[in-house]
Amino acid sequence: MPTSPRPALGRAQWILRLRLPTQPLVRHVVLALGGAAILYLITSSLSPYNDFEVGEIALYVIALAGLSLLTGVNGQISLGHGAFMAVGAYAAALLMTHTHLNFLVELLASIGAAGLLGLVIGIPATRLKGPYLAGMTLLLALALPPIADKWSTTFGGDQGLTTTVPTAPGTINPEEWLAWIQIIGALIVLVLLANLLRSRFGRSFRAVRDDEIAASLSGIHVARTKVIAFVISAACAGLAGAFLGLSTGVVNTGEFPLTLSIQLLAAMVLGGTGTLMGMWWGAVLLVYLPQWSTSLSGDFNLGSGASAYLATIIFGVVLIVVMIAAPTGIQGGLRWGWGRLSALGPRPRFGPPSVPERPGEALHLSRTAEK
Amino acid sequence: MGREYAMRKGEAMRHSKHTSMGRYGRALLTGALGVALGATTLAACSSSPKATTTTTANVPGVTATSISIGATVPLTGPAAPGYDEIAPAMDAVFSWVNAHGGVDGRKINYTYLDDGYNPANTATLTRKLVLQDNVFADIGSLGTPTQAAVQGFLNSQKVPQLFIESGCNCWSDPRYPYSSGWQPPYTVEGKILGSYIKANFAGKKVGYLYQGDEFGNDFVKGLDMEIPSASVVSRQSYDAATLAGPLSNQIAALKAAGAQVVAMATIPAATALAMLPAAAIGYFPQYVISNVGADTPTVGPLLSSFTQKGGGSAAQAKAATGLLNGVITDAYFTPEADVSNPWVQVEKKLLQDYAPSLYAKSGLDGNTQYGIALAYTFVQALQAAGKNLTRAGLLAAIAAHGKDFVTPGFVPLSYSSSVHFGFQGSEVIKLSSTAAPAVTPTGSWIGSTPVTPVEVTDIGSAPVTKYTGPTSTPPTNLVSTS
Repeated sequence: MPTSPRPALGRAQWILRLRLPTQPLVRHVVLALGGAAILYLITSSLSPYNDFEVGEIALYVIALAGLSLLTGVNGQISLGHGAFMAVGAYAAALLMTHTHLNFLVELLASIGAAGLLGLVIGIPATRLKGPYLAGMTLLLALALPPIADKWSTTFGGDQGLTTTVPTAPGTINPEEWLAWIQIIGALIVLVLLANLLRSRFGRSFRAVRDDEIAASLSGIHVARTKVIAFVISAACAGLAGAFLGLSTGVVNTGEFPLTLSIQLLAAMVLGGTGTLMGMWWGAVLLVYLPQWSTSLSGDFNLGSGASAYLATIIFGVVLIVVMIAAPTGIQGGLRWGWGRLSALGPRPRFGPPSVPERPGEALHLSRTAEK
Repeated sequence: MGREYAMRKGEAMRHSKHTSMGRYGRALLTGALGVALGATTLAACSSSPKATTTTTANVPGVTATSISIGATVPLTGPAAPGYDEIAPAMDAVFSWVNAHGGVDGRKINYTYLDDGYNPANTATLTRKLVLQDNVFADIGSLGTPTQAAVQGFLNSQKVPQLFIESGCNCWSDPRYPYSSGWQPPYTVEGKILGSYIKANFAGKKVGYLYQGDEFGNDFVKGLDMEIPSASVVSRQSYDAATLAGPLSNQIAALKAAGAQVVAMATIPAATALAMLPAAAIGYFPQYVISNVGADTPTVGPLLSSFTQKGGGSAAQAKAATGLLNGVITDAYFTPEADVSNPWVQVEKKLLQDYAPSLYAKSGLDGNTQYGIALAYTFVQALQAAGKNLTRAGLLAAIAAHGKDFVTPGFVPLSYSSSVHFGFQGSEVIKLSSTAAPAVTPTGSWIGSTPVTPVEVTDIGSAPVTKYTGPTSTPPTNLVSTS
């Protein structure tokens, strides 16, 4: 334990003294509860429509977090996450239509179904890299929806399958209740993923991303690790898909166009590839950017032809600006900014990397970094 | 050695974990705070949460001087071309109404939002219209998958979802009393065209080519009710989402089966993508095409442009439009080519006066005509509902008086408390190069002549019968005197 003398902090720097528990699970749960408290304050003060949007943000956070794990942490790319969302959505909707199972069981089924497809896709994916993997997952996003159209009696065709949200308790309005189901889902997923990333699995994911041969030499089963990452990522998308089905009210193939998969990837990059918290930024942009661009085009009195494509243009511009200003995404930029900010004040003991006290430890650190 | 390494590795891990913990923790905290800040700002930006607009008798979207209505339509994406004209054409009618003092002193504010034909967008935007903008009703929204997505929500909120721009059989459903269609259901069209095939092409081999979704399936259901199954030799479908090239396989199968009559439930692009490869292999069956797929101002130019893209010369491209000559289809209101018709005259004048830029772009075609007629149906519904406007009152007024509304349709609207379909009849027509052509800004297109009297039926077992009632004429005041 490094112990540096703690300088007297000014009033404004109290926030720098905040400590979180060191045990990962406890820490992540504490953070999630804090987040839940803040989100509760937000949702209870918003209109039902804004609550609905917060719920949408939460569901996209789930899909983006899974994608962030796959791409940012494990180094595999996917242009087919919309398809995994579709599988999760259809699995939940089929159960809702034909059975009267517990709501949680239906959600678990959507996670399981998407995870299973993730396994089927993940195994051949271990042999593919970069553009080939992108191509294969892209094909998935293209090929899956027509299957649902083909068997329209099972999958409901154009009208789709109706989803049902459990009745809201008490006087809570349905939008706020749905938002809470989605927020709780998102927070649980984030806690589990954050924990996973701090575990042996997380380290294996990163090791495989950085150098497969070195990882393999260290005793990591590379193929298995990649498949596990794919399954987890697909399972997250499955849950997000089930939640999207709940928001939309029905599940049909029109909800899962190719653009959804591409927008997910772009939002993930914007938020900060490989981060989990950054996915909140990505999801906020995914939900709000089209609306902002619509009101913007309204302000400038653009014709419907021009305004229609403004959202896409703005999304592109934001992507370019963020990539120039903060190559590690919004979350990366914020971390950097926060680092600069805290460097201005008296140095807290946990701020910059502290100098190890024992020389041997330092030596060892540098040795492991050499590999 | 190994053990030592493992221990050291463990130490290193703990160490790095410890040093990065603070940064990690604070980043998470910043994120959470940032989200909180961001969300509250957003809330502040969005228009007055929890605030309700001033209404008379507490009817959402209705004040003493205004009525707010909304819709979601495709303004971008694959469904946009052509269909993006409908909502602006509707708005022209509302501008005309507003210029004449509105309905019962209330001006109509029409907000139409672009859902890009994606049901997930429809779900969000419809909630925005209902929960945030407090619209009185959702009028003239387009699409089967898109409107099916919000049918449950709108009915649970008791918001009228009227005159949905789709011929799905699903809009007249007792579980969803607040929904209703407007155009003929595809099954009705299928029955009318099927009965024509049965009567006029008896003994000939019939093949189907249909879109593999609700549109195609409902249409085929109608065909099958009329055409004896023994004479149907081939059933081919295509997927709208992946429609990119000529439907050569389907055409080859139809030709191989010896189909002499091909009944098609296709969108305009698919009509062109079927006719061209058929002509290329010397296959010229009698085409019988749904109203949607035989819109000449849309299909004609597509036949030309696909021919040119396929390497054809300009002369070949021009000649390709000739494939439409002799095609059998159906129409449920006066074709725009019939310039002597009073409806066509007032519709043209209305567009010129109240949507000049739309008129310059599209002219009076099937889509703008559709929008004008649909909007005028809604205006009459408002008039019938009277001064004390409520959502339930509007529905009751349509059920009671819908049959008397004047429209350019050949048959009256069939609304009642149990039937939520609009037109349930049409006239079979033959496209003909010798008939008066349709004139659009992009050129003049093939005209048409009726081959049957106007016929009516329903989506169930009712037979196809001749309609003997009157057709309505436009009100004299539909066009301003400006």
